[in-house]
Amino acid sequence: MSRVRIAQLSCGPEYSGVQKEIDEAAAAVDAEIFFPDLKLADIRHSFDEFGLDVRSPDLKLAIARAKALVEGRVEADAVFIATCFRCAEAAIVRNELRRYIHENSRLPVVSYSFTERTTAGTLLTRMEALTTIARRRALLAREEQQGLTMGVDSGSSTTKAVVMRDNEIIGTGWLPTTAVLQSADEAVAQALSAAGVTREDLEAIGTTGYGRFLVGDHLKADLVQEELTVNSKGAVFLADTQRGPSTVIDIGGMDNKAISVQDGIPGTFTMGGICAGASGRFLEMTSKRLGVDITELGPLAMKGLSRKVPMNSYCIVFGTQSLVNALAAGSSPEDVAAAACHSVAEQVFEQQLQEVDIKDPVIMVGGTSLIQGLVRAMEDLLQTEIVVPHHSQYIGAVGSALLASGFIKGD
Amino acid sequence: MAKVFLYPTTSLILSDLVARFGHTPLSAALQVRERIQTAGLESPPLQITPEEPKKGLRWAAVEVPSGVRGRMSLYGPMIEAAEAAIIINNADYSFGCMGCARTNELIKYLVRKRNIPVLDLEYPQNEEEGVEFVAAIKQFLDTLKGGSP
Repeated sequence: MSRVRIAQLSCGPEYSGVQKEIDEAAAAVDAEIFFPDLKLADIRHSFDEFGLDVRSPDLKLAIARAKALVEGRVEADAVFIATCFRCAEAAIVRNELRRYIHENSRLPVVSYSFTERTTAGTLLTRMEALTTIARRRALLAREEQQGLTMGVDSGSSTTKAVVMRDNEIIGTGWLPTTAVLQSADEAVAQALSAAGVTREDLEAIGTTGYGRFLVGDHLKADLVQEELTVNSKGAVFLADTQRGPSTVIDIGGMDNKAISVQDGIPGTFTMGGICAGASGRFLEMTSKRLGVDITELGPLAMKGLSRKVPMNSYCIVFGTQSLVNALAAGSSPEDVAAAACHSVAEQVFEQQLQEVDIKDPVIMVGGTSLIQGLVRAMEDLLQTEIVVPHHSQYIGAVGSALLASGFIKGD
Repeated sequence: MAKVFLYPTTSLILSDLVARFGHTPLSAALQVRERIQTAGLESPPLQITPEEPKKGLRWAAVEVPSGVRGRMSLYGPMIEAAEAAIIINNADYSFGCMGCARTNELIKYLVRKRNIPVLDLEYPQNEEEGVEFVAAIKQFLDTLKGGSP
């Protein structure tokens, strides 16, 4: 497949001044945005048939376009649904269309609510994931890692590297991200040393995370891939749930991902990160304020009761204020740690998990999945048992190493 | 000659009628075509920049969606300049259409708040109503400053 055609279903982007940004993000991943061509008459009857009685004509148009895509009257490779942030009517339509397309077609869908500040850079990872799912279905269907490969995840907080041989992890490297390339080199050196192999032995390399392009170029990677598809793949591989539905939650240092996966391939996903109160960064700040290492925060939280401390803020500054107030009022570090975990889980639950269909097994990955208090808080909110696979903190690197094996010569 | 604000602002027919009866239409006359190949039903022909939603803050607060504020940056000044207005309710899409219901509510409210002469009409459903519709618009326009007696 050459140029991926993404059908845009939207309300308001051109009057928000962000249509250009959407077009640019798509062009950056060799995709093109198009608006399914409909007749005015189609709007009237498609909208009536769909049965969601909205008032805005552009939302009616979006509904009619979704029906045309699902019914095969218009062909597309993927769907991008975008509406104005803070519009309740549009939020309802966005959610229902995403669900409708996901349930009635094989088209990958991503939905997004924009403001006038939305940039092509913000949309890039989402567009990249959309086009990957459309373009590389065969690669994403890979269930086994073969040969000797390495994956590097250059994340916003930490850099991870994993060396795999014949479906087994044989070496890992991990360190906080400082200078992107130096951190990557160090993580790679750690992983290679642990695996007892050299760079020259490697048959393929994959990179992911925020620094994927820079690091990919530096390491001459065979696969440079955004973290949504890579993490999905890594999660179902490590959790041994490659077939059927699953839900992947990754609470990262800078943004969070919630991905609804079917047979190892993402169907719908959300990626959030405007509010730091819902990120791993808040837990880092909490552990610093409590004077414990981040690795001790989870066990500490398991001993506390979150409901004893009021803490529920989108914002990292207000969240920290609640934290300081609670400590000043005599709350125990255990209760504060539990409240911080609950607060992050609740923000992710409220802001993101409403936009994907939660299907068991729910797999939590990324560094924050090692904080037991956070996993427990999420289990309480979702009322389900969460799977945290081994090596979950290396998820992006594992997914990269697994997918990179599709690039081994002769494969 | 009076400046007459039109709703839907995209209506070519309405804009033409106002001009024919000797007044200045305040509108964004744009043909809503039978086939829609743009992002919205009344996508602007020119690229609106992220500055427009900021200008729209004059008419709608920051918690109002950016699409509403972007539209208001175009229509807000027209409403302020208007000496009269014609509002057609429940118009057919082909007559003229505006994509966002929230903007439509705000526009109608701001027009009514101005205390200028306003003609409120339902969109005609048959030929007879169509004739009455045009007659009502003509009669309204004739009463305005500079209209034909």
